[in-house]
Amino acid sequence: MPNLWLTRLRQGHRTVDISGAMPSLPERFRGRPNLDESKCSTDCDACADVCPVNAISHAPLRIDTGACVFCPLCEPHCPTGAITFTRDHRLAARSRADLVHDSQGGRIVSALDDTMRRLFGRSLKLRQVSAGGCGGCEAELNALSNVVFDLSRFGIDFVASPRHADGVVITGPVTDNMEFALRETYAAIPPPKIVIAVGSCAISGGPYSGGGRSRDGVPGDIPVDLYVPGCPPHPFTVLDGLLRLLGRIEGGSRS
Amino acid sequence: MDVPAPPDTAPQTSSPSITWTRNGVAVPSQSIASIDAFAFWQACLAACGQGARVVSLVASPELDDAISILGVLVDDLQGRIGLLRTRLMRDPDSRAFAYRSLTPELPQAQAFERCLLEDYGIQPIGHPWPKPLRRHDTLEKPMGSGAPARPHPFFEVRGAGVHEVAVGPVHAGIIEPGHFRFQCEGETVLHLEIQLGYQTRGAEALFLRSPDSRRLLISESVAGDTSIGHATAYCMNEEALGGSEVPLAALALRGVALELERLANHTGDLGALCGDVGYLPGASYFGRLRGEFLNLTMELSGSRVGRGMVIPGGVRFGVPLDQRAAWIARLTRVQRDLEDTANMAFASSALAARFEETGRVSHTVAEELGLVGPVARASECDRDVRRDHPRGIYRFAHVPIAIAPGGDVMARALVRWVEIQRSLTFVKEQIASLSDSPIHGAVGARTREAVCVSLVEGWRGEIAHVAVTNEVGQFTAYRIVDPSFHNWFGLTMALRDCPISDFPLCNKSFNLSYSGHDL
Repeated sequence: MPNLWLTRLRQGHRTVDISGAMPSLPERFRGRPNLDESKCSTDCDACADVCPVNAISHAPLRIDTGACVFCPLCEPHCPTGAITFTRDHRLAARSRADLVHDSQGGRIVSALDDTMRRLFGRSLKLRQVSAGGCGGCEAELNALSNVVFDLSRFGIDFVASPRHADGVVITGPVTDNMEFALRETYAAIPPPKIVIAVGSCAISGGPYSGGGRSRDGVPGDIPVDLYVPGCPPHPFTVLDGLLRLLGRIEGGSRS
Repeated sequence: MDVPAPPDTAPQTSSPSITWTRNGVAVPSQSIASIDAFAFWQACLAACGQGARVVSLVASPELDDAISILGVLVDDLQGRIGLLRTRLMRDPDSRAFAYRSLTPELPQAQAFERCLLEDYGIQPIGHPWPKPLRRHDTLEKPMGSGAPARPHPFFEVRGAGVHEVAVGPVHAGIIEPGHFRFQCEGETVLHLEIQLGYQTRGAEALFLRSPDSRRLLISESVAGDTSIGHATAYCMNEEALGGSEVPLAALALRGVALELERLANHTGDLGALCGDVGYLPGASYFGRLRGEFLNLTMELSGSRVGRGMVIPGGVRFGVPLDQRAAWIARLTRVQRDLEDTANMAFASSALAARFEETGRVSHTVAEELGLVGPVARASECDRDVRRDHPRGIYRFAHVPIAIAPGGDVMARALVRWVEIQRSLTFVKEQIASLSDSPIHGAVGARTREAVCVSLVEGWRGEIAHVAVTNEVGQFTAYRIVDPSFHNWFGLTMALRDCPISDFPLCNKSFNLSYSGHDL
């Protein structure tokens, strides 16, 4: 018993405060890409050539953060430093197009409409389906429920049945063998429902895009309300997206 | 189809038909003689009868109705890897390939043979359960039609009071999908059949036709909690085939990253095991401490799971000199908190009552199934790639192996806890003694017509990458074997005669990768 108390005392309180400034992420963390096309020379395609997932296009210079796996290849390969990955973890977006960043940046998440916010703004129950996810995104979603991030303090929980859920969080490129189970889960959630695609696989197929054994992400006929890029996304990135979707965090430009 | 009868004489003790090499050392393909199918069967059994294990069976289709099978064995006692080859011809009548199954005599081959059957239609004659492993017949229906896969028959138990419980593929938590079919008598599980394949992304096929940078991404994400382990195995193959000398500091940093991966996952597993028996202080504290290792991995590589850290020729990131003392201090604090938490948890009689005698896998069964990693060591199987087939930093710095008797959930928890302590000591020593050599060396063009097998002791156990190159140095076959592939059947055996309510606890004590199995 003394051991129990001593351990409790030493563990202290670990839940992070998310109200204030940006969380302090390490120097090497690769978050929102910062693009400066004015540094590009017209005949250079080094970044696009080196990208293993074809996330970069040139003239105008753009990075599709929905395809990007945040491997550090393009940054050191750019001869003029036109691409840098910042420590800004805020990457989630409401539409596929908003995930494409150019020299002006990308578009930050806007909240759900008033009706949906009235319904889900204080309580959101989610079902998670891994459809070919490697375990990376799943582990970070699990981490949201630990004492550090403590997702349930915001009224957001992962539930054990689609019938209890207001929405589904999808990870993985949606493999042939999981598509049916995913569609069944989606159909079993009572409307109105929210769909959240987490990780580059669920958004674009990620490292498995073009592999021919998956849908390269959530099929087009399932409407996605929130995209969370990353491979896997940091739990702060997921949390930021969820809280903005529910209108619980506002403001903060990406410039 | 005729099956040759086994000979009257005992199998040869040392088969000349096996070419021996070592972990991460390429050999010319021509040095592996092709032997007839029966000699292949015999040589596999003989070697495995003397302690070798099956690492992989790799099929390579050839022109003119032939297919060649490369057998990869590992001999832990002598620290060597055995390669042998046979060539099967298509039966002129049935148009099928067939050979005598290894599984009746060598149960650890069962999944590899099912894999050859579903991928290439190679019939293992005499296999007791030749059911596809990953295919759900979805390849035979129009893509994306949304129709349910045709069900495969499950192993059934019949009798009064026997009932069946089906769970999955989608589970009641944030976890990968798989289907579990229990045959129960009352609460007692008579048999559990595990149907996987839901996660199949076609990783190996995509790997073969991808550029190198994409291959690294695939290696990092075949099992997303084992990014460092699989990336290291891939890079070892590239370095062996490309004749690269990886600098010492890079080897040490790979070791640091690999052990941090082990620390994060083992700590997380201890927390999850506590959670599964309702011991919430353990679940909370271990859960938080797991994050400390992920955050250190992020300090190192920019990613909590180490994406981008390991590259062919070395590593991308080092630990700057001025941060090393801070790293060691941080690890020491985490070590103290872990010791507090573990001492607290393992002293709990409530926890012991649930862990002990639950999900037992006997030593004999573990050996027969060829289990690997902490799960095997908890059944007193004395194997660890870091000691038996040391490469990289493990040639210079040793991590003592952790073995526990019992084969139950408690043994699997204790092995993890001992490994946590030893890995922590190792990581601190490596950081304190990091040299300032470069962290990256050049990698040349791949050796032509060669075979290379690289083994890494990931946190789940033995990771194997088998590479075969052609006459221009391209990969013609590349097999990735996650430790889960060996261990899933161990979970089946652990559940025998257990109450079905112990399944979550048993499953957690194995914590196997679905995607690593399905690829």
